[in-house]
Amino acid sequence: MNILQKHIHALLEKDQRLDGRKFDELRKDISIECGISPKSAEGSARVKFGNTEVVAGVKFEVITPYPDQPDKGTIMAGVELLPLSSPDFESGPPSIKAVELARAVVDRGLRESGAIDFKGLCIKKEEKAWAVIIDVYSMNDEGNLADAIGLCALAALKDAKLPKYDEKNDKILYEERTTKGLSLKELPIPITVVKIKDKILVDPTLDEESTADSRLTVTTLEDGRVCALQKGGKEPLTNEDVDKMIEISIKKGKELRKILEKSVKEK
Amino acid sequence: MYKKRPDGRKFDEIREIEAKVGIIRRADGSAMFRIGKTIALAAVYGPRELYPKFLQDPSRGILRCNYNMMSFSGSGERVRPGGSRRSKEISMITENSLNPVLDLSEYPGAVVDVFVEILQSDAGTRCAGICAAALALADAGFPMKDLVSAVSVGRIEDKLVVDLDKEEEDYEVEGEVADIPVAMMPKTGKITLLQMDGICSKEQLLKVLEIAKEACNKIYDVQKKALMEKYQI
Repeated sequence: MNILQKHIHALLEKDQRLDGRKFDELRKDISIECGISPKSAEGSARVKFGNTEVVAGVKFEVITPYPDQPDKGTIMAGVELLPLSSPDFESGPPSIKAVELARAVVDRGLRESGAIDFKGLCIKKEEKAWAVIIDVYSMNDEGNLADAIGLCALAALKDAKLPKYDEKNDKILYEERTTKGLSLKELPIPITVVKIKDKILVDPTLDEESTADSRLTVTTLEDGRVCALQKGGKEPLTNEDVDKMIEISIKKGKELRKILEKSVKEK
Repeated sequence: MYKKRPDGRKFDEIREIEAKVGIIRRADGSAMFRIGKTIALAAVYGPRELYPKFLQDPSRGILRCNYNMMSFSGSGERVRPGGSRRSKEISMITENSLNPVLDLSEYPGAVVDVFVEILQSDAGTRCAGICAAALALADAGFPMKDLVSAVSVGRIEDKLVVDLDKEEEDYEVEGEVADIPVAMMPKTGKITLLQMDGICSKEQLLKVLEIAKEACNKIYDVQKKALMEKYQI
C-alpha cells in the first residue's frame, strides 16, 4: 500500500474523504453539454464529473435486420480509453477495461433496460433497419469514468436526430437531418460505488478507485428498479454491502437523472 | 468561373479560429484548436521511456505523433476505429512538421507522445491537428525554436483560396480543385509541411506559399494569445 492509500484509509476512519465530500456525495461540478460535434455526428455530448471528462457521438447506419429480429433495428456501443486522456492508457486494441465499460455500462444498460424502441428503427421488415452506433471517448480520467460514460451515452442519444434515408437508391443523406429523434422509453442511470475497508463511497476519484477493495456499478430506472449490475475489484461483497450499495445508487441515480433531464431540456 | 465562396468569405480570409491550452489535466501539455467547424484536440505525454527498446535513440528523445479521427467526426459515414493508411500518414507528417522546432537532445532513450484527436471535421484536419499539437508541446514546456502554424491553401478553378472547408474541397468541377496543406515556423517563414493534391502551375504555387504565410501569421497570433492566456502574461 502506498502512502496515499494509507492516508485515504486513515481519513475514512474519521469519516472523511480526500476531497472533503461525504461518502454519499457526488462531485458538485457535474455538467452535461449536448451537441458538441453537430456538423459530423447525428448526436453528441460532453460530460464532466469534476475534472473527469468524456465525449460521445452517435452515427446511424442502415443494416439488414438480424433474422431472429426481422422488425427491429439495433444499437452498438463502443468505448475507447484514449491515451490522450491518461498516462495509464495505451494505444492499440481496446483494453479489457474499455470492453467492460462498453459492454457493462453502455450496452447492457441500454439494451436490457428496453430504453430504446428498436421496432421504431425498422425501415422495412426483414430488409432494412437503422443501426445506432454510439462511441464514447475518455478525454481526461480523474476517476469514475463508468458513470460519466453511461451518462454521456444517454445525453448523446437524446441529442440524436436521424438522417434522411433515400430508399430508392439505398443511400443515407447524412447532410440532411430529419427532426425525428430516438424515442427513449427509459433513461438507465449508472452509479458506481466503491468499498474501501468497511466504508462505501459514491462517485470515486482516481485515488479512491486505486485504493478500493471492490466496486459495484448499479444502473437504475426512473421507478427505482435496477436494470444492470457490474461488480469489480478483488474483494468479495456481502449481502449487506450489496443492499447498502444499491440503496445509495438508487438515491444518487435520482440526482443524476435530474441533472440529465435538465441539461437535455435546456438544449 | 469561381466567383464566390459558399460561406461568403473573401478568398484570402481564414475561418474563425479559437485556441485554448491546458484542456486535459492528466496530460503534461494539451490544447484545443478550432478553425471554423474543424476541432482538433492534442495532448502531450513525456518524456517517458520508449518501448520496445530497439526504437530508442541513445542520442536524443523521439517525437511520436498519433493522429486519429473520432468515429463520429467525419461527414457522412462513421469512421471505423483503429488506424487507417490515412491516419498513419498524417501522424507521420505531423511528426515531420514539428520535429524542426523541437530539441529533444536532453532526453536520450525517451519518447514524447503527442496524441491528436479530431472531434469534428470540416476539412483541414491535419493542419488543425498540427496547430493543436504545437500548442500542446509548448504548454508542456519543451524548449522550442518556434511554434508551428499550419493552414491549407487551395486552387479552385483560377482562384487561389485559403483554408478550404469541406464544401469547397468537394467542389463539383472535377480536376479543378487543388489542396495544398502548408505548415510553417512563423518567425522565420520556414516550411515544415508541404503537400499537394491536384494540379497547379509553379507561379501559382509560389503565390500559394505567400498566401499560406500570411494566414499562418494570423493563426500564430491566436496560438500565442492562447499560451499567454494560460500563463497570464
